[in-house]
Amino acid sequence: MDFSFLSAAVSVAPRNAFPMPAAENSGIVPLLYLISGVLFIMALRGLSSPGTSRAGNRYGMIGMTIAVATTLVTHSIASLPEIAVAIAIGGGIGFIIARRIQMTAMPQLVAAFHSLVGLAAVLVGLAAYANPEAFGILDAQGLIEPQSRVEMGLGIAIGAITFSGSIIAFLKLAGKMSGAAILLPGRHVINLGTLLTILGLVGWFTQDQSPWVIATITALSFVIGFLLIIPIGGADMPVVVSMLNSYSGWAAAAMGFTLHNTAMIITGALVGSSGAILSYIMCKAMNRSFLSVIAGGFGAEAAVSGGAAKEQRPWKRGSAEDAAFLMKEAENVIIIPGYGMAVSQAQHVLREMGDVLKANGVNVKYAIHPVAGRMPGHMNVLLAEANVPYDEVFELEDIQGDFAQADVAFVIGANDVVNPAAKTDKSSPIYGMPVFDVDKAKTIFFVKRSMGGVGYSGVDNDVFYMDQTMMLLADAKKMVEEIVKALQH
Amino acid sequence: MDFISILSIFVLACFVGYYVVWSVTPALHTPLMAVTNAISSVIIVGALVASAAAGSPLAKVLGLGAVVLASVNIFGGFAVTQRMLAMYKKKEKK
Repeated sequence: MDFSFLSAAVSVAPRNAFPMPAAENSGIVPLLYLISGVLFIMALRGLSSPGTSRAGNRYGMIGMTIAVATTLVTHSIASLPEIAVAIAIGGGIGFIIARRIQMTAMPQLVAAFHSLVGLAAVLVGLAAYANPEAFGILDAQGLIEPQSRVEMGLGIAIGAITFSGSIIAFLKLAGKMSGAAILLPGRHVINLGTLLTILGLVGWFTQDQSPWVIATITALSFVIGFLLIIPIGGADMPVVVSMLNSYSGWAAAAMGFTLHNTAMIITGALVGSSGAILSYIMCKAMNRSFLSVIAGGFGAEAAVSGGAAKEQRPWKRGSAEDAAFLMKEAENVIIIPGYGMAVSQAQHVLREMGDVLKANGVNVKYAIHPVAGRMPGHMNVLLAEANVPYDEVFELEDIQGDFAQADVAFVIGANDVVNPAAKTDKSSPIYGMPVFDVDKAKTIFFVKRSMGGVGYSGVDNDVFYMDQTMMLLADAKKMVEEIVKALQH
Repeated sequence: MDFISILSIFVLACFVGYYVVWSVTPALHTPLMAVTNAISSVIIVGALVASAAAGSPLAKVLGLGAVVLASVNIFGGFAVTQRMLAMYKKKEKK
C-alpha cells in the first residue's frame, strides 16, 4: 500500500493551523495524559506477579481517572449533566455485571467487553466526522485534514471489525451459537476482497470526504467482522479472543492519533501488543500458525480424519473408590484440569479433594496447559476462585519433569492437552502441540463424561487405552464428590 | 504535536508493551485481558470531547453513546479484574 499521502498530508496541512482551546496548549495537559499513560504501563507491569497485581490495578484506575478528569476540565463542560448521567448509566451497568458474573463465564464477558470498546471507537470516529472542529482536525479550507481522515477511517474500520467479531465470539463462547466452524464457499476471496475494498475506501476518503464513503467503510467493516470470525471453531476461541483484544487496542490507538492524545496512543499500543502476544502464545501452545487459525475451519477438517479410524479398543473402567484408594496411598499426585472441569463447576470440590489428600500427606500439584479453558489463564482464575493457592499451580514447562515421579495423574475435563498423538502421530491434527507427559505417571485417572466424546480437536486419545489408565466415566463434579466421600471413610 | 512525534510515542509504546506483557505471569493472563480491556476504554477521552463540544447535535449524541459504552467497560473491567486478583492467594504457612 502507498503511504506517501501520509507524509504529503503532514507537510501540506501543519497541525497548528487550527489551535486547540487555550488549555490544550499549556504544557500541563499533555503532561497529565502522559502520566495517565505511564500509570497504565505500571498497571500491566504489576501483573508480573500476583503479589503486585492488586496495586497495578489501582494504578490503572488512577490513570483512567486522571485521563477523564483532564479531558472534562479542559473542554467546555456545558453538557456536564448529560455526561455525568452517561457515565453513571454505563458505570452502573458495568459494575453490576462485574459483580454478578461467574468466573466460568469470563471468556464471554471479555468478548462482550471487547465489542463495546469496538463500538465506542466507531461512535467516536463518526462523532469526529460529524464535528471535526471539536477535535481540532480541520485544515485551512475548512475540510477535515487528509491525514486525520486516514486515522479516522482506520479507527472506525478496526472498531467495527472488533465489534462484530466480538459479538460472534461472544455468541460462540456463551453457547448461544454453534461452536462449529461455519464455512462459506469462497470465503477467502470474499473476505480478502472486502478487506481490500475497505482499505481502498480509506484511501479514497482522503480525496473525497462525503458521507457515503465513511458510511460504506463502517458498514463493510461490520460485515467483515462477522465473516472473519464465523468460520473459526470453538477450539480456536482463545486465539480469537486474544486477537480481538489486540484489535480493540489498535482502534484506541488510531483514535489517539486523531486526537493527538498520548494517553490513548500509549494505551492503544500496550493493549495492541498485549493481545498480539497472547495470540502468539496461544498459537504456539497449539502448534498452529496464526494464519491457519484466522483462515478457520479447524474443527471441520479434524472431524473428517477422526471418523476414519474408528475401532473398538479395550479400556478399563475405574470407580471413585479405586481413585480414592490409590491417591491416598500415593506420594505425588498431579491434577490436570481442563474446560470440562469448568463446565461442570468442579473446581471447588476438586480443591476439597486436594485438601483431603494433603491432610493425608500427599503432595498435590496442579498442571495447567496454556490452552486449557476458553481463554488464556482461564483455569488459573477458576482454581484461584476455589481457593487453590497459586504456588501449587504450575505451567507446562515447570511441571513436565515431575510426571516421571508422579504416582497418579488425575486428568479432569482435559483431553487434547494430554494426547500423546501430538508427540508421535505426524498425521494427527494436533501433531506438534506441546502436551503433558501423563503416560509417565504410574497411574492415570481420566475423568470424562463418556467414552463417546472426543476433545475439541476431534481426535481419539491413546491415553484412554493404556494399561495404567482407569477411566472415571461421570460428570466431573459428581465423580470428584464421590471420591471425596470415599477418601473420608 | 506533529505526526512524527506522535508516531514516535506510538512505536516506543509498542516496544514497552512488548516487554511489559512478556513479563506478565501466565497465571494472570485472564486478569491481563480484563485490565487491558478496561484501559483501552481510555477511548472515552474522544467520546467526552465529542459530548462536550457545541455545534453538532449528532456528534453529541454519538459521543454520549460512546461515553456510556466506554463507562460500562471501565467500571466493569476494573471491577472484575479486582475481583479476580483478590482470589489469588498463597499457600497458608503452617
